[in-house]
Amino acid sequence: MSRDQNNIFAGADRLIIITYVVLVILGWLNIYAAVYDEDHQNILDTSQKYGKQLIWISGAVIIAVSILLIDANFYTAFAYGFYGIVLFINIMVLFLGKEVKGSKSWFRFGDIGIQPAEFMKFAVNLALAKFLSNTNIVVSQQFRLRLNDLIKNYKNTVYALVFMVVPALLIMKFQKETGLAIVFVAFIIVLYREGMSVNFLIFGLLAATLFVVTLVVTQITSLLIALAVIGGAAILFIKRSRKNLIILALIFVCSAGVVLATNYVYNHLEPHQKDRIDILLQKKVDPKGKGYNVRQSKIAIGSGGFLGKGYLQGTQTKYDFVPEQDTDFIFCTVGEEWGFVGSTTIIFLELFLILRVIFLSERQRSDFSRIYGYGVAAVLFFHVAVNIGMTIGLMPVIGIPLPFFSYGGSSLWAFTILLFIFVKLDANRLLILR
Amino acid sequence: MSNPQLGDRKFIIGGFFCLIILIYICRLFYIQIIDEQYKDEAINNALRKRTEYPVRGYIFDRKGRLLVQNEPSYDLMIIPKETKGCDTMGLCEVLQINKQEYLRRYKKAIQAPNSPRKESIFEKQMSAPVYAALQEKMYRFKGFFVQKRTVRKYPRPIAAHLLGYVGEVTKEKAEKDPYYREGDYIGVTGIEKSYEEALRGIKGIQIAITDVHNKMVGRYMEGKYDTLAIPGKPLYCSIDIDLQEYGEKLLKGKKGACVAIEPSTGEILAVISSPSYDPNLLVGGKERARNFTKLYYDTLNLPLFNRALTAMYPPGSIFKLIGALIAQDDGLIDRNTVYPCAMGYPPMGGKPKCHAHGGGKNLPGSVAASCNSYYSYVFREIVDQKKYPVFKDGYNHWRDQVKTFGPGTRLGTDLPYDKPGNVPSTEYYDKVFGKNGWRSNTIVSLGIGQAELLLVPLQMANVVATIANRGYYYTPHCIKGVGNEKYLDPKFKVKHYVGVQKQEAYQNVIDGMQGALEPGGTAFTNRIKDIVVCGKTGTAQNPHGDDHAVFLAFAPRDNPKIAIACIVENAGFGNTWSAPIVTLMIEKYLKGKTDRPEVEKRMMEANLIDKKKPVAEKHR
Repeated sequence: MSRDQNNIFAGADRLIIITYVVLVILGWLNIYAAVYDEDHQNILDTSQKYGKQLIWISGAVIIAVSILLIDANFYTAFAYGFYGIVLFINIMVLFLGKEVKGSKSWFRFGDIGIQPAEFMKFAVNLALAKFLSNTNIVVSQQFRLRLNDLIKNYKNTVYALVFMVVPALLIMKFQKETGLAIVFVAFIIVLYREGMSVNFLIFGLLAATLFVVTLVVTQITSLLIALAVIGGAAILFIKRSRKNLIILALIFVCSAGVVLATNYVYNHLEPHQKDRIDILLQKKVDPKGKGYNVRQSKIAIGSGGFLGKGYLQGTQTKYDFVPEQDTDFIFCTVGEEWGFVGSTTIIFLELFLILRVIFLSERQRSDFSRIYGYGVAAVLFFHVAVNIGMTIGLMPVIGIPLPFFSYGGSSLWAFTILLFIFVKLDANRLLILR
Repeated sequence: MSNPQLGDRKFIIGGFFCLIILIYICRLFYIQIIDEQYKDEAINNALRKRTEYPVRGYIFDRKGRLLVQNEPSYDLMIIPKETKGCDTMGLCEVLQINKQEYLRRYKKAIQAPNSPRKESIFEKQMSAPVYAALQEKMYRFKGFFVQKRTVRKYPRPIAAHLLGYVGEVTKEKAEKDPYYREGDYIGVTGIEKSYEEALRGIKGIQIAITDVHNKMVGRYMEGKYDTLAIPGKPLYCSIDIDLQEYGEKLLKGKKGACVAIEPSTGEILAVISSPSYDPNLLVGGKERARNFTKLYYDTLNLPLFNRALTAMYPPGSIFKLIGALIAQDDGLIDRNTVYPCAMGYPPMGGKPKCHAHGGGKNLPGSVAASCNSYYSYVFREIVDQKKYPVFKDGYNHWRDQVKTFGPGTRLGTDLPYDKPGNVPSTEYYDKVFGKNGWRSNTIVSLGIGQAELLLVPLQMANVVATIANRGYYYTPHCIKGVGNEKYLDPKFKVKHYVGVQKQEAYQNVIDGMQGALEPGGTAFTNRIKDIVVCGKTGTAQNPHGDDHAVFLAFAPRDNPKIAIACIVENAGFGNTWSAPIVTLMIEKYLKGKTDRPEVEKRMMEANLIDKKKPVAEKHR
């Protein structure tokens, strides 16, 4: 690998950069298709969203290049600094921001808006990487039932969680951007990679399953189901030692807690969030009302067929049947105009980018770089999974963008920063001594 | 810290990512390639349906004269996406709306369930001058077009309650019934409601497929599913326009109702509810809403209230006819039965009271003179007859017999909303007086049509039609036939036999009714030259003020052509206010004109609503 300092791309992973560029350009073309209007046919028209996106893309290129120009050590050294600054800006937006649709999360400068919550992702990732790469830190690996063990084992996990929970609460409770807050769940994957006990994941998965089951059936039924499953496990698989029985009893108590908490949580959701859950679980059928978006989104995608209707030929997206089709529902345009071939291409491009990031992370010598890399992969994957999942009716409607693809300057810039810091770290990996 | 043991977790994470993506790909494969449903719906979304509205069926009277016709009306439609370059200010000026209103309507047109690409109504039923002004400048209003529909027009402003009106369909109805869309018209009351399905016709639909530029690229399935509008069927009403109009004139200025039936068919010849309104008030867009509100809030006169079918009145003395029939049928009395009358019913100390009619009467005489005491005895004879040791069984026998004449149940006419009236049950009296707290004497005033007894005017007319037929009736209906084939529901061709079939009984009662219009009868002053009218007066006490004047009659005695009942609220004696109306209408119907112009003039001019009623003539 050449270490020519005059070439900013020296050591930078070509595949990642190419995939990034391809996604951004395809995104832009699809935004044009989604917003397309006979009266404004010029793709460079900055009064339209595709024109604006071009400006955002130019900005993103400048940002990417700048990141590659700065010394990699800068990101490691100032990780907490970044976190502090971005967190501060996210607090300031509550006072200086402009209210849009009931949430105060935007800075407005004339015609353009910046949503600082988007930038929280890379800041949290930096801080988390910094914290976990500290050699003294061990993310708990074992599960024991002694109090001091518990504290010793889980203390650092809890600290790590604080890095995510604080901005998540800030964004959810005060900026009222639930979608952007939920994203921080993705960092669980990083903790898992760094040694977090599988029990956490199992517990989490069980709790989530119970939550859904309780919403579908009644509390009593779901408690009985939990009891049956645990009892079955006790009889069939587990050696009936006293310890195991205590554990099973504990699991049951926790399950009961989840079941009882479900209705409380559900009843404290915003009405539109309840609706989205109900529609996903098919407890409510309302094709003209709350389920309208998802229904129209599925029609648009489903009508694309194998090869799609052709660029700019989508009737569903043209007639504005699908709302938000340039941002959260951009995948509909792809599905309708490019068909199955186009949609899978986009999905594979995103998946390739993510897997490439994981692959590169694993070859890092520095823990910081590896952990940061996993953070990038996790955040990207979470966005892809939730965004596309909601357009095809497999996920509730959560308003988060498709990385590098959806319209929006903040998300594009934030993802660019997130990704290119990693590209820089990776380019620099050979300079780092263990 | 890099822990070599954890290196395997990259496979778990990577595998998890791939698994999720695989699930998504499968899902995409399913909805994009296997499931055709979404493609159909997408085509549906891109289809432009253009509705062609059928002409609503005309309504004719029994002699084929036009009762209801149509008039063109124009709705201004908007397709919001195409309004670029529209002369908005000019449009506002023509429609006389301001910019805020324009924007409000524009917004409504682009929001669900409307769509910016689809047409929706911008201005309903424009008046002729507005339409003319608009037509001139239409080329300047891009994205707007005019849709032609029709609204009702009534050549003669009569029979408002009978005909009902046409209004916009309610949201609930539009959601439930696939025929209707919001903004469509539907019969709301009267004939327009009951015969909605025949009158509305069938909408035509033209379906076109559009491309991304909203240009029509062809007809959907080569026009296989396109249909032409089929006009509504004409309706042949049993009403006689002249009689209806004449009746409305006679009842003008009075509160009340009048129903005339042709006994041999059950066809309703006239059905009048007063005060009424001009049906032309309830057509058109804005005007209808304004007029409706005005009529709706006229709580003093209740012009929208159809008294002929839904006002329940105590029938008063006309009910004695039924008592006389039942008692004869049971063999309790005959033509020569005489009961004492001491200006009242002796066993209850002279209550109910009676009037001076000159001594004890035989049966026909008691009908002609309307003796209260006589019919109190008759009621007791029926209820307390030996056949029923328990008097409540006797009462139920009386009640069952009464109900065969119609009172107490909905007659089942073809008009919506007729009320059943009321014939109280034993359970009711048990509740009021206690289980053992009442006897036949307690409720003896039922025998003279008072107490809790209630009938709607239509039922009164049905009773007299039944007597005219000597024992049966056809369910009253206001339609001779639907469509050119003149289809009539078979249920209106069924003879309903009442509980009394003894022809002699009818003979005696009808003799009495004829006597009522002869010297010594209660309606002698309203006799008609050349026609034998059989009638019965009633003066119904009620809790709302002065007595209701009731009169019913049929004529001629043999082979009756018309049976008619009339009630004028709080007017006093039946003979003073109702009998003249009834006899004038009989004259009008049978002879075409009246021989008593002075009576006609007095009735038409009398106004009992707006000023204190004139002092009633001395009752004879």
